[in-house]
Amino acid sequence: MKLIVAIIKPFKLEDVRNALTKAGVVGMTVSEVQGYGRQSGHTEVYRGAEYQTSFVPKLKIELVVHDEISAEVVEAIVEAARTEKIGDGKVWVLGVEDLVRVRTGERGADAV
Amino acid sequence: MHYNSGDTAWVLASTALVLFMTPGLAFFYGGMVRSKNVLGMLMQNFVAIGIVSIVWVFISYSLAFGPDWGGFGLIGTLHFFALAHPNQTIPGYSGLTIPPLVFVGFQMMFAIITPALITGATADRLRLAPFVVFVVIWSVIVYAPIAHWVFDPNGWLFKLGAEDFAGGTVVHMNAGAAGLAIAMVVGKRRGWPKEPMPPHNVPFVLLGAGILWFGWFGFNAGSALGANVLSAHAFLNTNTATAAALLGWILVEKIRGGKSTTLGAASGAVAGLVAITPACGYVDIWGATIIGLAAGVICALAVSLKYKVGLDDALDVGGVHLVGGIVGALLIGVFGTAAVSGANGLFYGGGLSLLGHQAIAVVAAGSYSFIISWILAKIIHKTMGFRVSPDDELEGMDTALHAETAYELGGGFLRSLASSGSAEAKIGPPQDQPLTDLFRKPGERR
Amino acid sequence: MHYNAGDTAWVLVSAALVLFMTPGLAFFYGGMVRSKNVLGMLMQNFATMAVVSLIWVFGAYSLAFGPDWGGFGLVGTLHFFGLAHSSQPVPGYTGAISQHIPPLAFVVFQMTFAIITPALITGSIADRVRFGPFLLFVALWSVLVYAPIAHWAFDPHGWLYRMGVEDFAGGTVVEINAGAAGLAIATVVGRRRGWPRSPMPPHNVPLTLMGAGILWFGWFGFNAGSALGANNLAAHAFINTNTAGAAGLLGWIAVEKLRGGKSTTLGAVSGAVAGLVAITPSCGFVDAVGAGVIGVAAGVVCSLAVSAKFRLGVDDSLDVGGVHLIGGVVGTLLIGLLGTMATNGSNGFFYGGGLGLLGRQGLAVLASGAFSFAMTWVIAKAIDKSVGLRMAPEDEFEGMDTALHAESAYDFGGSFLRSLGGGSMSNAQ
Repeated sequence: MKLIVAIIKPFKLEDVRNALTKAGVVGMTVSEVQGYGRQSGHTEVYRGAEYQTSFVPKLKIELVVHDEISAEVVEAIVEAARTEKIGDGKVWVLGVEDLVRVRTGERGADAV
Repeated sequence: MHYNSGDTAWVLASTALVLFMTPGLAFFYGGMVRSKNVLGMLMQNFVAIGIVSIVWVFISYSLAFGPDWGGFGLIGTLHFFALAHPNQTIPGYSGLTIPPLVFVGFQMMFAIITPALITGATADRLRLAPFVVFVVIWSVIVYAPIAHWVFDPNGWLFKLGAEDFAGGTVVHMNAGAAGLAIAMVVGKRRGWPKEPMPPHNVPFVLLGAGILWFGWFGFNAGSALGANVLSAHAFLNTNTATAAALLGWILVEKIRGGKSTTLGAASGAVAGLVAITPACGYVDIWGATIIGLAAGVICALAVSLKYKVGLDDALDVGGVHLVGGIVGALLIGVFGTAAVSGANGLFYGGGLSLLGHQAIAVVAAGSYSFIISWILAKIIHKTMGFRVSPDDELEGMDTALHAETAYELGGGFLRSLASSGSAEAKIGPPQDQPLTDLFRKPGERR
Repeated sequence: MHYNAGDTAWVLVSAALVLFMTPGLAFFYGGMVRSKNVLGMLMQNFATMAVVSLIWVFGAYSLAFGPDWGGFGLVGTLHFFGLAHSSQPVPGYTGAISQHIPPLAFVVFQMTFAIITPALITGSIADRVRFGPFLLFVALWSVLVYAPIAHWAFDPHGWLYRMGVEDFAGGTVVEINAGAAGLAIATVVGRRRGWPRSPMPPHNVPLTLMGAGILWFGWFGFNAGSALGANNLAAHAFINTNTAGAAGLLGWIAVEKLRGGKSTTLGAVSGAVAGLVAITPSCGFVDAVGAGVIGVAAGVVCSLAVSAKFRLGVDDSLDVGGVHLIGGVVGTLLIGLLGTMATNGSNGFFYGGGLGLLGRQGLAVLASGAFSFAMTWVIAKAIDKSVGLRMAPEDEFEGMDTALHAESAYDFGGSFLRSLGGGSMSNAQ
């Protein structure tokens, strides 16, 4: 089992979700996050006073998948989230030690 | 000249009420767009107030209500340019009991809200500078002529006998047709209709609707240009039709198997207000109820048409204002009664002639507005580029066009806490800066 | 006494419009502060409505418009205390300026001005003043500062009025007064923690725009209502008000563009308010062209002036000085150039009236500004030394809403995700 974490541009969520559905993934968790990488923030101006916001809003997607489709899912996310502009985000993969489905108590790969 | 202070007081109050409708409209629309575009929407409405206020007193008032040019009833002359001759009687209004300047101000507010109404059709995708240019030219070549045709006693539609008490053709159909024309020129919002674009702040929409309803009493009852029985008719008819349309719209929602929605209630109220606008001084309470109900039901059905024809009339200016305006203008031909004022319609023994006049007014105003607006928008689109860049559209108008964010609430809490360090302030100009540097470009470092 | 029903109707409506401006102002300001302080700001404005409403009928009205005390034109007597003698004509309003409305309508109309003036001050001391001491300040200030200046400029026996100073609707009494007082009290209470290094962007710009819309709406009562009748002068004031508000809006965003930036919504409404401020003293004395010039001038000058606080190091948080003081000065002085008898009053310099009017206007600006600044500074300092005007540092950090009022303004679920596109549309086939 792998935990895939992706940081994407917010407006790419729908594209990524569609790509994941095609790749056979049936669930995911999304949260709003802020951060910065190579994409700098933007400048806001209020009555001439400027504010450099260095943190940019992004979405974080988390999903647990079987080992064998992990690479394919990562590829799907990357393809769907890419705009080829700075700030497209990152995807990383971690191993998962255990997993429990709360409703049934199923454990491990059965719970994916 | 002796003026009636009661009439003057009422029209002054009405003028203020109608001005207030445009900020109300801004919130009605602003709540319906996505949160990244709300300031862009508000900005267009506030800027419309700024521009039209100036254009009106200098030029377009005179074109609309100045002495008729050549006797064709098509347009006025520049006799009243920059409010020249402010104490002269307005041509055709010899019985006016209010100072002419009060009339100038009252009519100005109509000229302001009409282009503001258009912004709903083109939400989320217009650049500001071309919009400014559009509004300036549109006020002169579209609004002023149509106002002259219909409102001015020397206008050809007025002389023909077409009835429009407070602007069903001049304001609502005009704005609706123009909105469709520009939406056609600039194209769909990116992602429409596949992506969901739900309203980001429905209470704003309802607040805006409340302000509109409130201000509409000035719009309609003020159009009697006095505090009298006719204004009382217009006032009550306005309220009755609005209530009926609100109920009509949510009834349609229930009958179609859905839930009644607050957005539907607000939209129905506006549809009813729109439809009663031309009719409020010509029908009785029965007519007002039927017109309101008809507008609520028909507009509720009409707003789905945009998906069928693939035209992204984003906030339903066509479906509500064009269709609602047509419903109201035509139904005067059916329910108009001389017992209130004006001519008798079909149901009151007046035959079909009034309905015919109303139909001519609908076709003339609608097609003139659509065609000229389309041409004007096309020219601006080809020369200046009417539409924001795809990147800016994705980013949203607020930060892309105006360098602002609407809200710093939950998600922005981090940022609004001074000590969190989640944003660096570079508040300019710095304290050691010479005064000449006030003209420094924002963002430019010395 | 015979009253004119139409005039009375208009002044009553105007009083309601002007009262509505204070909640409008509360939102105008409330949107600009940080989300932890919005209720604190709204509370100060709403409480001001209550405090001044009472002070006005019990004392301040009489000091402002009561029979002149000693004939110096400095302050009225307590003849009308508690609205005593309320059917007597207001002293001084005779001849060409005689009133055709019940004196009580005048009392309530003027009350709404007395309310909004201290409410305007709240913008300069946003986010850092204790609530109780603030109320004490408003009460003292209404009696010691507002009432005298209103007497000087509005009352026909006031020394500025008798001198021929023109202030149609309160450029000196309301705008310059509030602006100068705002700077004075901001000097006494000091800067917000972290200013100007930490970012303090507006937390709800749409709220600010709503406030601006309400202000614009109410300003018609403020200015056109000051004709005290439904007549041609009211019509002039009305159109001029709208023209200047529009010109101010366009002037401010034009400056933003010319300086190479983007036009901002906050700039647009700030410009509108600046234009409305500047036309306040002049709306009944200039023509449409004059109104346009005054509006543009205010929009441009104020948009440049709001940066001055960074140079001066005074945390005039929401630019009460930059917009109301400066805008009020612009409008009051420009009457001296653009005033025209064709509308009302005397001719200014450009209409052949010479420099006399400009000189008198200049004197009124100095007198009202200096008196307001000095008196306010003394009042604020006295309160600060005795009961303490400023919030505790930990309260300021926590925010006024929870620290002072035990409330928080917003409780939204995470609906932001949805607006970014996480669903599908069912009617979009």
